[in-house]
Amino acid sequence: MSVGQTDFRTAILDARVAAPAGLVDPEGRPAGKRFDVYRNNVAVSLTEALKTAFPVIRKLLGDENFAGIAGLFLRQHPPTSPLLMFYGAEFPDFLAGFEPVRHLGYLADVARLELALRHSYHAADATPVAPQAFQDMTPQALMAARLRLAPAVQLLRSHWPIHAIWQFNQPQGGPKPEMRPESILITRPDYDPVPHLLPAGGGALVAALGDGQPLGNAVATATTKAPDFDLAATLGLLIGGGAITEILQEETP
Amino acid sequence: MSNQVKALAVAGAVAAALTGIASAPAHAQEKEKCYGVSLAGANDCAAGPGTTCAGTSSVDYQGNAWKFVDAGTCASMELPDGRMGSLEPLERDLPA
Amino acid sequence: MLDTRPNYLPNRPGVGYKPQHFSDILDHPGTVAWLEIHAENYMGAGGRPLAQLRALAERFPISVHGVGLSIGGEGSLDDEHLARLKHLIGWLEPASFSEHLAWSTHGSHFLNDLLPLPYTEETLARICAHIDQVQETVGRQMLLENPSTYLAFAESQIPEAEFLTEISTRTGCGLLFDVNNVFISATNQKTDPYSYIDAFPLDRVQELHLGGHDEDHDEHGAPLLIDSHGREVVDAVWKMYEYTIAKGGPKPSLIEWDTDVPDWPVLEAEAARAQSILQQVLV
Repeated sequence: MSVGQTDFRTAILDARVAAPAGLVDPEGRPAGKRFDVYRNNVAVSLTEALKTAFPVIRKLLGDENFAGIAGLFLRQHPPTSPLLMFYGAEFPDFLAGFEPVRHLGYLADVARLELALRHSYHAADATPVAPQAFQDMTPQALMAARLRLAPAVQLLRSHWPIHAIWQFNQPQGGPKPEMRPESILITRPDYDPVPHLLPAGGGALVAALGDGQPLGNAVATATTKAPDFDLAATLGLLIGGGAITEILQEETP
Repeated sequence: MSNQVKALAVAGAVAAALTGIASAPAHAQEKEKCYGVSLAGANDCAAGPGTTCAGTSSVDYQGNAWKFVDAGTCASMELPDGRMGSLEPLERDLPA
Repeated sequence: MLDTRPNYLPNRPGVGYKPQHFSDILDHPGTVAWLEIHAENYMGAGGRPLAQLRALAERFPISVHGVGLSIGGEGSLDDEHLARLKHLIGWLEPASFSEHLAWSTHGSHFLNDLLPLPYTEETLARICAHIDQVQETVGRQMLLENPSTYLAFAESQIPEAEFLTEISTRTGCGLLFDVNNVFISATNQKTDPYSYIDAFPLDRVQELHLGGHDEDHDEHGAPLLIDSHGREVVDAVWKMYEYTIAKGGPKPSLIEWDTDVPDWPVLEAEAARAQSILQQVLV
């Protein structure tokens, strides 16, 4: 009898399904517990990968809840690529749709933040422009300039206080989160991604820059969203974090 | 506000931003940069611990059998219930 | 700049690279003469993993050990993954490239374990076709590693050592001989590990693996060894290692430690033990 990999996989992911017949121990008896070694390797290693990938979600839920949810998730969404460093792309949506944690409405966005940190960590290297490059520009040139953002830059805009929640759950701790929308800019000076809380309107500015809009238009968009928009603070995060890799000057007609 | 005034305001903000980061520390040496926290989630070729852990637990297969236990830091944060209020879809922009 | 590092693995100990050992390896390599990396962990676009790898590759010969290609898969190989592998091998120009006699991907699902195969003419032909494709794509010879197994397929017709020999003959691939895997599989399958060594074409072996395992039992009370890579190499495996290099000559010898990774001195001590055995054989 031939054991196909479809049957093998089905039984690996569902312990209610018997190990395929044709898998045996040295005496020719059904493999039994020996097959469980493979079941266990898959479940444990993928649970470990999720633990490493979503430390804040794990802390928010506690180990027991997290392990249970991971067990369900990994069976519904086994990795679709051998690159475990990116495993869990479907985890935010899974959390959003999982009834027992529906009362924790922020979980999905916090999971998106943890995914974004990971993508930033593995993003391509890029040399930032020197801050001095901005000094030599006329006000008109600044308004018309398009800024290319580093591949490691990530922007998350949430209706939940995701930066405060993230900070609260770091080893050094932080104040208790209060309900408010927050946007996060992730920059990666050298090799460590840093999530920065953006001032009101900052998310709109970074999004507009990412879309390739000139700085002047991006500022106008941000100011419409937030009349008290703090441009200096937002640019400080971008330039200080090495997030701008190129200043594309508009040809003056 | 005229375009001229807006441009001057933006230039002023850029100047203020540059002042704020002028005191940033010099870049570390390449070796020090290389050493640091690794966000792992790494592949390896090791087997898991034995036969009796997560792989064969029956609760792992049945979402309806799963119970939330009060644990973790979510209990100590007093944020609104996710089912309340009008949660708009997340706006998320990842610059390409 | 002239690149003076040897582009082959020396007949000395190496270790599986773990990022927490980065500084220790550069500052106190001890007897460790080369490093092995898991290919998949260096397939990101940039950042610290690749920066560390570039720094290490300036000092040490590197062996690229894939754990995700699923050479034994029923389906065709993942073209995207093969392209990533070609890219990594292209820029790194490692001293060695190896993969496993196993499968892990089926129908777009990657199960993250090295799953077993039946040893039949059909699987032999499929694996050889896949290895041909890999070697043509990456443009170099690969090494194939013997697996650790916990069960057998009733349909298997070819002994594992013969199966690997035939793969090597048909495809021209080299072999990676994992001594710990031989001990685990022989114990789990109730066969004699030394007969396996004697049946193995050691002249085609370009690298040896050593690692620790856990002990368990099946429901009938029979020993069931688990390839955990989470502790020291046991004495029985060191004895088999001595026998292997006495018979096949000294070879690049890797210490694998993937779970409960110890501090550097513990890992380096394992490498030193391999070195002392390698030296005995040379005398």
